[in-house]
Order: sequence, then C-alpha cells, then structure tokens
Amino acid sequence: MNSLCKLSAQEMRQGLLDTEFSAVELASAHLDSIKESNETLNSFITITEDKALAAAKAADTRLSSEKENSPLLCGLPLALKDMLVTKDVETTCGSKILKGFVPPYTGTAVARAEKQGMVVVGKTNMDEFGMGSSSENSAFGPVRNPWDTERIPGGSSGGSAAAVASGQAPLALGTDTGGSIRQPAAMTGIVGLKPTYGRVSRYGAVAYASSCDQVGPFARNIPDLAMLFAAIAGKDPQDATSVAEDVPDYLAEVAEKATSGLAGLKVGVPQEYLVDGLQPDVKSAFESSLGVFEKLGAEIVDVSLPHTEHALATYYIIVPAEASSNLARYDGVRYGHRTAKADTLQELYAKTRGEAFGKEVKRRIMMGSYVLSAGYYDAYYLKAQQVRTLVANDFLAAFTNHCDVIATPVSPCTAFKLGEKTSSPLEMYLADALTVPVSLAGLPALSIPCGLDTQNLPIGLQLIAPAFEESKLLSTGNAFLTEQPFELKPLTSGGQ
Amino acid sequence: MIQYEAVIGLEVHAQLSTGSKIFANSGTEAGREPNTLCDPVTLGLPGALPVLNKRVVDFAIKLGLATNCSITRENEFARKHYFYPDLPKGYQISQYDKPICQHGHLLVRVGGEERRVGITRIHLEEDAGKNVHGEHETTSFIDLNRAGVPLVEIVSEPEIRSPEEAGAYMRQMRQIVRYLDICDGNMEEGSLRCDANISLRKVGTEKLGTKVEIKNLNSFRFVERAIRYEITRQTTVLEQGDEIVQETRLWDEQKASTRSMRSKEYAEDYRYFPDPDLLPIVVDNDWIERIRATLPELPEQVYLRFKKGHQLDDYYCELLTEEKHTARYYDKALEVHHNQTALANWITTELFGRLNKENLGMEECPVSPENLGTLVKLIDEDVISGKIAKTVFDEMFSTGASPNSIVEATGLQQISNRDEIGGIIDEVLTQHPEQIAEFRDGKTKMLGFFVGQIMKRTAGKANPKVVNELLMAKLKGD
Repeated sequence: MNSLCKLSAQEMRQGLLDTEFSAVELASAHLDSIKESNETLNSFITITEDKALAAAKAADTRLSSEKENSPLLCGLPLALKDMLVTKDVETTCGSKILKGFVPPYTGTAVARAEKQGMVVVGKTNMDEFGMGSSSENSAFGPVRNPWDTERIPGGSSGGSAAAVASGQAPLALGTDTGGSIRQPAAMTGIVGLKPTYGRVSRYGAVAYASSCDQVGPFARNIPDLAMLFAAIAGKDPQDATSVAEDVPDYLAEVAEKATSGLAGLKVGVPQEYLVDGLQPDVKSAFESSLGVFEKLGAEIVDVSLPHTEHALATYYIIVPAEASSNLARYDGVRYGHRTAKADTLQELYAKTRGEAFGKEVKRRIMMGSYVLSAGYYDAYYLKAQQVRTLVANDFLAAFTNHCDVIATPVSPCTAFKLGEKTSSPLEMYLADALTVPVSLAGLPALSIPCGLDTQNLPIGLQLIAPAFEESKLLSTGNAFLTEQPFELKPLTSGGQ
Repeated sequence: MIQYEAVIGLEVHAQLSTGSKIFANSGTEAGREPNTLCDPVTLGLPGALPVLNKRVVDFAIKLGLATNCSITRENEFARKHYFYPDLPKGYQISQYDKPICQHGHLLVRVGGEERRVGITRIHLEEDAGKNVHGEHETTSFIDLNRAGVPLVEIVSEPEIRSPEEAGAYMRQMRQIVRYLDICDGNMEEGSLRCDANISLRKVGTEKLGTKVEIKNLNSFRFVERAIRYEITRQTTVLEQGDEIVQETRLWDEQKASTRSMRSKEYAEDYRYFPDPDLLPIVVDNDWIERIRATLPELPEQVYLRFKKGHQLDDYYCELLTEEKHTARYYDKALEVHHNQTALANWITTELFGRLNKENLGMEECPVSPENLGTLVKLIDEDVISGKIAKTVFDEMFSTGASPNSIVEATGLQQISNRDEIGGIIDEVLTQHPEQIAEFRDGKTKMLGFFVGQIMKRTAGKANPKVVNELLMAKLKGD
C-alpha cells in the first residue's frame, strides 16, 4: 500500500499545501489501494476513477492558486456510502431494485463536500437500503472486515467503514438510522459520528426511516472527523427537518480542548446498557475506558435510562413502518429494476418488488405495512411513538440532572463471522440494542475505538451528548484517544 | 308507495393557483409538454424531500375563513399509500386527522330559498400525475406535470338534498374560490372537480342508506345530471326490493348514465401516518389575522349589498355577483353614474352579449366601467337616445373609445331643441294631410307613423320625449 494512504487527513492537507504530493497523486494512490483490496473487501460497489482524477486535477488548480485559503478538505479523497445520491454516478443502496439507477442530482451533504474540493473515489457497499448490521444484506455481496476478512465489518455502512480502516480512503460518509455509522466504526477500529437529527441535511440521502436517518462522517482520528463533519453540517432549505442551529468550528474546538483534560466533565454510565448479552471482553474494555476518563479528570456517575429495555422493540416498529412507506416508490415504473414480463399492473408491482428486494427488506416492508394498517396503527405505531418520547425523556433527564455526556459500549459484541447471524434476524437486531435508543431520541453519538478483544478485534465506545453538542463529543473523544491511542492494525501492518 | 329522500355529500377538489408546486419548486401551468414541470421531488426520486410551499397554507386559510370554518392550529401532513403509476412516491401527501379547516358552512340558494350546507373539513394535498392511454398500441405513458400541484379537498356534510342543490353548492364554491383568487375554477381543465356521495333513505327516517360514490364530475351539468340519474337508479333498485351495493361509479355523459367502476366492499387500507419529512405547521392567531385582512368582499356579501342597498332583483344580483370582476365592474360604473337598474341591465344584456359573442372574459372587457357609466349618463341626461346608445356601445366595444368622443365625432347627439323639432314636425304634418285626417278620425296608431317620419328625418336623433309631447300638442291643437 502506498504510504500516502496511511496519512491522516490533516497530514494530507499539509502535504498538499507543502506540495509534497499533488491531489492527483493522492487520488491515484487511493484508487490503487481500492483496486488492490476491493476484490477481498468488496467495500466498493462503484469506483469513480475518471471523475476522481478530474476532481483531483481541479483541486490541484485550486490549491495552487488559493493555497492556505483553500478549503481544508480540498483535494482529499472521500468514499460515499451508496445510499447517498450522486449526479451521473450509479446509486444503488446495495439493492438490485436500483441497479443501473443514475440520479440526475447530487444530495446536499455530498454537494457540500464536493464544494470544498473533495475527491469522491467511489460508492461503498452496504446492507440493502441500510437494513442490516453486518453489510451482508447487499445485492452486491457481503463486505469483509479488514481486520479479519472472515468477519463482517458491521453495518449498514460497512463499506465506508472498511474503506477508511483499510486505507482506501481517509474519510467517508455513511448514514446512521439505528447505529449504521457507529457500529461499523466500532467493528473496524475507526471513529464515526451520528450527528443530532436535523444537523445534516437528509436531502439526497435515500430515505430508510426518515425520522431517524442522519448522514455522518467516518475517519481514523477525531480532528479528521471534525473537519469532514463541519463541511456537511448545517441547515438546508431542501430538508424541512434540518435545523438552523449555528455550526461551530469543530476542528478549532477540538484543538482548543486537546490538552486541557476532562476535569469537571461528568460522564454518565447507564446501568441498563450493561446487559447480560454483553460480550465479556467488551464489558471489560468498557470498564477500563471509564478509568481513562477518570485519569483525565472526569467524574463517572451512574445514570438511569429506565425505558431502554423498550427501545429496541419501539425502534423495530417505527423504523419498518417508515421504511415500508419510503420504499413504496420502487415500483418499476420510473427507474430501477422492472420485471421482464407482467400481464397486469398488479403483477408488475408484485414481480418487480418480489424479484429485486432482498429478504431483509421484504421482512421490514411487511412488518411496517402491518403496524400501519387500519386497526393496528394505534396499538403499534402510535404506542411506539409514545414510548419513543419516554426514551428521549430519559436522556433529557440524565443530561439535565446528572451528567454532560453518556458513555456506553457501541455493540454488545465485536465483529462476528460472515453468516454467523444471518439465519436469525432477531439475534441480528440485538446487535443494535445499544445504538437504537440514541436514534430514537435524535441525539448525537460518537463511536471511538477503546481496545481489542481476545481475538484482536476492535471494541467501540459510544459517547452520547445532548442535541447539537457534537463539539463536546468530539473533544471528549479526542482527549480519550490522546490518552489511550488506538493502533489501526490493518493500516499499520499492511504492506508498505 | 314509500317516499325516498336523497342524502348527498360532495367532495370538491380545487387546484390552488400557486406558481409552484405544494412541496417542490417546479411550476404548475396547465397544458405544458408532458414531464417538463418536474424535479427530483415531483418525480419521487430516491433521496428527494418535500418542503412545504407556505402560500398553499395561506390559500387554504383564506378559503376556510370564507366558508365559516375554524382553522386548525396544529396541522399535520400524512402519507396516504396506494400503488398507481401516476403516483410517483407510492403515497400521496395529504392531511388525515388534522385537516387545516373544519366545521364550516355555505348558504346555498335554490329557487329563491336559502339552505345551509355544512362543510365537514377542508384539507390540503398534492395532486397525482396523469396516465396517458391510447397514444400507442401497447404502451401507456405517464405525465407528471400535474403531480404535486396543490389541491384543497372540501368535504361537505351529507346535507344536500337534491341535484339542484348540489349544482348550486358547486357553483357557489367555484364563485368563492374565484373571488378569493386561489383557484381559477376551470372545470374543463380539471382545476375544479368533484366526487358525489349519494344514498337514499325513507322520508322521515334518520338512518343513512348505503352510499354510492360518483367520481370526477367536472361540470355543473354533470354534477346535476349524474346525481339525478343516480337517485332514479337507486329508487328503482330499492323499489324492486333489492339492496344498494356500496361502490364507486363513473358518470358516462354519452350514455347519460353512471356505471360501476369498483366495488367498495373491501375498503382500501391507505395506511395513513404522519409524514416524518414535514414538520407540523402551527397556525397562530397572527397568521390567521394576516390572511383575514386580505379577504375580499365575498359573493354573499356583495349579493346582499346589491339586493338591499341597490334594490336590484334576485336575477340581476345573481348575474352581477357571479364573477368578482363583474361585481367590481358594476361598482366602478356606478361611481360614474348612479343608475343601478340601468347599469345592471346594460351589463347583463348588452355587455354580456358582446363578451359572449367575442368569447371574452369580463377581465378582458374592452369597455371600461367608467365608459359604460358615462354612456348610461348620456342617455339619462338626454344627450343621446337609448337606441343611439346601442350604436355608440358597439363602437365603444370595438375601439375602446369613450362614449363622449364617439358621440362628438359622429354627431350622434340627441336633438332636444324644441324649436328644431317643432319645425320638423310642422314639415311632416304639412306633407301628410290625409294621415292627419285619419288620426283625427280616431286612428290613434297613426301617431307611430308620424314619429317614424320624424325619426327618419333626424336619423333617429330626435329626443322621443320631446317629439311625442310636441306632436300631440300640434295634432290636438290644430
């Protein structure tokens, strides 16, 4: 692997400014890296080589004229989850139903990254429409974990996570509905942020469950993550649910607090999250992480989030309901897959959707249609929305009365083997148990690596903050990783 | 024999005349090339999101206030799911249990009587596109220009009792939306259309019978004819001892009958739920008052003003208030010359006649209201005769010129000078001694002969009053 691919985004920035290398060289190095390992990892569905080289060339021009005044991300490679709509570049959502679909527009988050001069190297593989926790539910085959290619990289943004962890891209965007950024970040030993609901525009992020979906960044360290996050955050008039809250200079805030420790910070630990199903080494890594916080001067406090036990069930009512609605548009009429032969309109719909949706997607469409049907709506969807409010209130009470951030494990387990959980959807759903409550509450949460399990697989730590306090998460996470650095082995031990 | 009473409710759909769609930036003009008023949102592309056009809410509040509704403070959009090729998202964004307006009413006049028809609700929704069949042997096409055009659906209480009442309700609704400038009311293009729900029950009973829905009635005539047909059909079914099938029917104008479209035995499940892409719209007092301040004088108010204040009969009141432009025209003409009956008459006969002939709308009228007022003033001040006025009016309509300038340029002023007219009468009488003798023998209709002769000599310009007066005096006096 080209050593350029091992640099942090900040180092790449410096290298570009110092003309040690060009954006075209940087892009080429990453494109080579993708070509080298994609066969193994299957992390990319589409590689946008020509466009990337053209964008890199434009970035070089900009860098040479604007120099230090060019945007921080100018010329830096970026991988995009294939859930993000890109003009003139096939966007599949990991589904056969969108195979060959080339959108006529680019979504807001991607457009903002491109405006900075970022170089999109390709579209990453994922669980179909974001539905899954292992990136195995893809029409384009499963993604493999660069730590151990017999294992899954987490999901649904597994391709983006694997790309960043393996040096295919320094930065990537994913989407998180119930943990789809946090969990793969944890399972691949990188950092990932699910922003506050409304912080990043959803325009051009294909809808899975609209009330939970958020676009967010992946990186290998916190300052890199802060740079990318700052570029995509902020109100968008094309997304009514995006919020007009000021976007702070995340990188500056992280830098400012990098050396000051965490004195005075109250880190809440919800006992409800230390569930029975927690893998023992996940539990011990989490407990030793609390020691790191204490060492940094933070205070650990017990908090209670009493409705946590209902969160997973609530999530699996609300999310499929919205999904069943959002996926109604894939009918074979206007774009994407259409069945070869249908004699009636009804048959066109049934065969198109029957042929092109994967098993998990069908399962969730059926569950969602059921809970929204007349006579069941009140008992399921309406009730779930009420429980959702209780779950959100738990967090609110904890932050108001007890703590500044909440720390939990990201996932009850580390990366499991391909096929290990595919036969049991319920077991797969349990992998989301620690990430979905945050999604229901719409809060920001950061996933950072906090150790390895007995099989040398990364373990993730989740930090949760009140709405729009991503800065607090980033600086806390940065302090932690400065105190207890994490070695990203697929990158450091990868051949030079 | 059992007497049945019709129970009718109407669902009127009105396209709101906003420049852009309800949730997207594309335009809304009718008659454009298929699929040219499209964008990612209208096409239902993956990742596209709706953003509410607030003007649509303004329009709905306006309509709610004009139809005596209460305005819902916390509004919500809901998704209504069904699969159809003209529905790009697989759901229509509509309102479900929190419609923008509720509990209103209209006063409907039929045959000189006024009846109150309740309005259950008015809700906002997006229109669907259009499937195009028959252009190709084996292929149908879809035009999504209309998809996302804002609609209000106005649902009446089942309080309409006759086809005539239904027609009157529909006419009045059209009149209101046009007065409010929120819908062009063009029924042929489908900007205003309605579905009718009809059931029968025995007179004197409360329980509603099984209802039948007739879809997409896009003219007043169709509304009345379809309902009349349906009442007859249902009466026959009941009289034969059969039961009414709950179903949706279509009006077939060619066959002058309704036919079954689909049975409603298995009610469709639309799986409504609040649209998570759109925030609830909170309508506060300020918003309502801001809209209230923009309300024009409503047709009912104008009607009453004309009827009570101007002592016009119902016929004129109805014609003059049917269109806002006509009422305004009449008001403006009155400012120039305050003769209500004469102006009402001129507008509803001469002016309407010519506009109809030229296929022009009131807003395109070449005769300004000021000029029409002046014309009637010239008649009333004896400057021109009523007959000459018609010639002047024709000229005004063709050229847009003022009546004064036409009268001056063509010398059409009336001759009222008694000496001048007296001289002409003398001439006529001198030339017709025999006719004078006949008149004096009691043939009074010879009077008309003399008037005719005098008018002929003055090219119709002699003031008829003066002619009559002097002629009688001379015939009797001699």
